[in-house]
Amino acid sequence: MSRIEVNDVSKAFKNTQALSHVNLQFEEHTIYGLLGRNGAGKSTLLNIINNRLFPDSGTITLDGCSLMENSTALASCFLANENNLYPESMTVKSAFKWSREFYPDFDMDYANELSRLFELPVKKKIKSLSTGYQSIFRDIVALSVNVPFVFLDEPVLGLDAYHRDLFYKILIEKYAEHPFTAVISTHLIEEVANIIEQVIVIKKGEIIRNESLESLLENGYCISGPASQIDSYIRSHDVIGIDTLGGLKSAYITGIPDPDLPDGLEISRMDLQKLFIQLTDTAR
Amino acid sequence: MKLDLDQDKPIFIQIAEGIEDGILTGAFPEESQIPSITEFSVTYKINPATALKGINLLVDEGIVFKKRGVGMFVADGAVRKLQKKRQDQFYDNYISKLVDEAKRLGITSEEIIAMIERGFVQ
Repeated sequence: MSRIEVNDVSKAFKNTQALSHVNLQFEEHTIYGLLGRNGAGKSTLLNIINNRLFPDSGTITLDGCSLMENSTALASCFLANENNLYPESMTVKSAFKWSREFYPDFDMDYANELSRLFELPVKKKIKSLSTGYQSIFRDIVALSVNVPFVFLDEPVLGLDAYHRDLFYKILIEKYAEHPFTAVISTHLIEEVANIIEQVIVIKKGEIIRNESLESLLENGYCISGPASQIDSYIRSHDVIGIDTLGGLKSAYITGIPDPDLPDGLEISRMDLQKLFIQLTDTAR
Repeated sequence: MKLDLDQDKPIFIQIAEGIEDGILTGAFPEESQIPSITEFSVTYKINPATALKGINLLVDEGIVFKKRGVGMFVADGAVRKLQKKRQDQFYDNYISKLVDEAKRLGITSEEIIAMIERGFVQ
């Protein structure tokens, strides 16, 4: 089984530390969610893994071989992001042909089939496409290249609800029938919450969570009730955030819920979006 | 089986319960084939591993069985088995919650019994 390892990667732009000491592994046949607020460092990380940016320090390896300036190893990876590598005056159709030059397993029939489903005008120039269709174009290439590691940086940017739904369904179908690794960076957390298996949360250039979605959600819960009761309950618990509404309070707790709760307190499951909002609150 | 999920329970349990509901209502009759992992995953937009985990709960209980290379089928006697299981869970799933709410509202057990009898008549 192949794996990508990110070892102690740091990167600064002028006075901003974009990434600091990032350590991650990407295993084969897994769907990862790379979650972070705007400017947290998601795109920088994806660009570094895919050799489009150089880190200041640290290494990226695929099965032990460096991914930097290594075209053989890089052929196992595809990054779909806003920086198109295609000349803007190129048509969608010829961009598909060029993709096949670089990625020999590119499935032209599949790309054309997806273009039909999304009604992507293949004869148009890439630069003349709307934001949504530029995303769709990148997504179609990403789903057609047939490489083991696919990185999708905001794959649903500008897509309407119908196209987002279609994209998720096609992604799952492709993954179920021909497993690969997908690393999805997105702000629409609720929409991918049931799709991803591993969650990576990045905050101000640091990885603050990296675990399976299941364990992340099992080790967190939300408890609500009268403020005074919540205040005394949370004294003995690990709190990551609190919402207040008049005399009512909800606290977000890490850990396993107590089997015997005081009367009047109600417990609910943590969901990924709530957890994300609490974890990435920069005011804390 | 409902076609949307909520966040109150783990997804794999909702998939298993959804298939159980489908079996109990006759949407998935005994000995008939149920949809594939891919179909469940795509329809619910969930990871295939989650769908598999849910279905495996039913396989372990003998409610669904896999035929290699063909697909998954509802076992003979699954309806009876599920009725028994749901009957056993009835107190925990319904009665204890009902009593909790009744206590909060000050409804007596006599009043609840009268309501239940009314429910059966209607």
